[in-house]
Amino acid sequence: MGLTVNLCGIELSNPVIPASGTFGYGYEFAELYDINELGTFSFKGTTKEPRFGNPTPRIAECPGGMINAVGLQNPGVDKVIAEELPKLKACFYKPVMANVSGFSVDGYAYTCEKLDKEPQVGWLEVNISCPNVHGGGMSFGTQPEAAAAVTKAVKAVTTKPVIIKLSPNVTNIVAIAKACEDAGADGISLINTMLGMRINLHNRKPVIANTMGGYSGPGIFPVALRMVYQVAQAVSVPIIGMGGVSSAEDVIEMMLAGATAVEVGAANLVNPYICRDIIRDLPRVMEKYKINNLQEIIGGVNHG
Amino acid sequence: MNQSIFEIIRNDALTENVFQMVLRGDTSAITAPGQFVNIRIDGLFLRRPISVCDYDANTLTLIYKVVGKGTAAMAGLSTGSQLDILTGLGNGYDLSLSGDFPVLLGGGVGVPPLYNLAKKLIAEGKSVSVILGFNTENEVFYEDQFQALGCAVTVTTVDGSHGTKGFVTDALPENYSYFYTCGPEPMLKTVYRMTHTSGQLSFEERMGCGFGACMGCSCQTITGYKRICKEGPVMKKEEILWD
Repeated sequence: MGLTVNLCGIELSNPVIPASGTFGYGYEFAELYDINELGTFSFKGTTKEPRFGNPTPRIAECPGGMINAVGLQNPGVDKVIAEELPKLKACFYKPVMANVSGFSVDGYAYTCEKLDKEPQVGWLEVNISCPNVHGGGMSFGTQPEAAAAVTKAVKAVTTKPVIIKLSPNVTNIVAIAKACEDAGADGISLINTMLGMRINLHNRKPVIANTMGGYSGPGIFPVALRMVYQVAQAVSVPIIGMGGVSSAEDVIEMMLAGATAVEVGAANLVNPYICRDIIRDLPRVMEKYKINNLQEIIGGVNHG
Repeated sequence: MNQSIFEIIRNDALTENVFQMVLRGDTSAITAPGQFVNIRIDGLFLRRPISVCDYDANTLTLIYKVVGKGTAAMAGLSTGSQLDILTGLGNGYDLSLSGDFPVLLGGGVGVPPLYNLAKKLIAEGKSVSVILGFNTENEVFYEDQFQALGCAVTVTTVDGSHGTKGFVTDALPENYSYFYTCGPEPMLKTVYRMTHTSGQLSFEERMGCGFGACMGCSCQTITGYKRICKEGPVMKKEEILWD
């Protein structure tokens, strides 16, 4: 049975990718199972400077998922290259997806240029959609012109495939996806979390210290699937679909909507083995739905 | 860390809203008192982290207070129910620094993780003083159990209805070699201020994963950023960033 897919010129042994922010820099999960079973994974969102992120509480339970407002905590690109990537090399031999965030066009370009020189990095996934930081992140992902500016700046400093990660917190995600494609993006990944909020009834304060945060989990799956489908109709570059994926069936549904590969996020935090389990379950589900080769079902939703 | 299925063999109320759950299963991943487990509960997305009160080769004892949907659901589970639990989470207390006569201070549901710690320290031949703090008499639990271990036990209640009136720090002995504590943050801050030795404090925070992946429970310390779930929940007094 064919599980391999081609993502921007690099072959993945299967389409399952742990999403950024739910898998650290990988090596911690390598204590649990051989992470080379994964297609690849997207490492923790990395910025030019080190960041502690937001105050706690950063996490809230929700129906069908959770809210997080971590705020891009990471050690900064220099330390990632000096410390995290060497640790990863000891347990992961495949190309890794480098997730990058920033607060200015130059900041994105700076970080991407550094990661471009790392042979371990296969793709740059450029996050223009973090809802948890002020003056950056999502603000680049809500305007087609700004999204295009980041895409162009990053493309100018790397030869690796550039995948732009989009926010669902917009009125027209298709326009932003097209602006990124026109600016040279090699792929689009979507969706980042949806902006959400909870209030504690005991003290009437927001549960999240930062007031709002990003909602993820199975509750957002239909919204994510719809957006993947819409973007797939409009662009010709490969799409990574994500948002609430937690089973092999969800992976296939995302691929039918138009995804070449599929990221799994919040589910990793509940079941650290979920990506391995999904990969091992894919052949059974493919057989059930008479799928011989995953690459062939991409965008194959049947309108009859 | 280990993920496995446990079976509930007891789930009884200790007070009006504090319950003791005893489970049977594989405890091999638990390496130190003060670690916690993370429990999957039907109908809720995130697991619920609960500190380990006691364990042996195949049983696990948890004490939890009903504070929300997750713990309310736990209280409703009957004997024979099965739970998907991640075990062996967090660093736990370091016993090697205790000295010969440590003091253990627990407040409310901060009391449970001190039980296995006291048991292990007693087994090492240490002379252990335990101070258990509660709001009022009908919230008191585990006084007899600590006494049965051979600890010198003092109970404090805020309203004076049982034991010494006041907070745990009002019952601090004059001499002790080291301290271990767990409880609400205002109590931890007072213990931090009032103790004259080094010691270890166990912290609580809302968690996403409980095993270091999501950075949901990070805190800043003198020695850098730490994840409560991974480098914690136990921090040494010297690394805490408080005024």
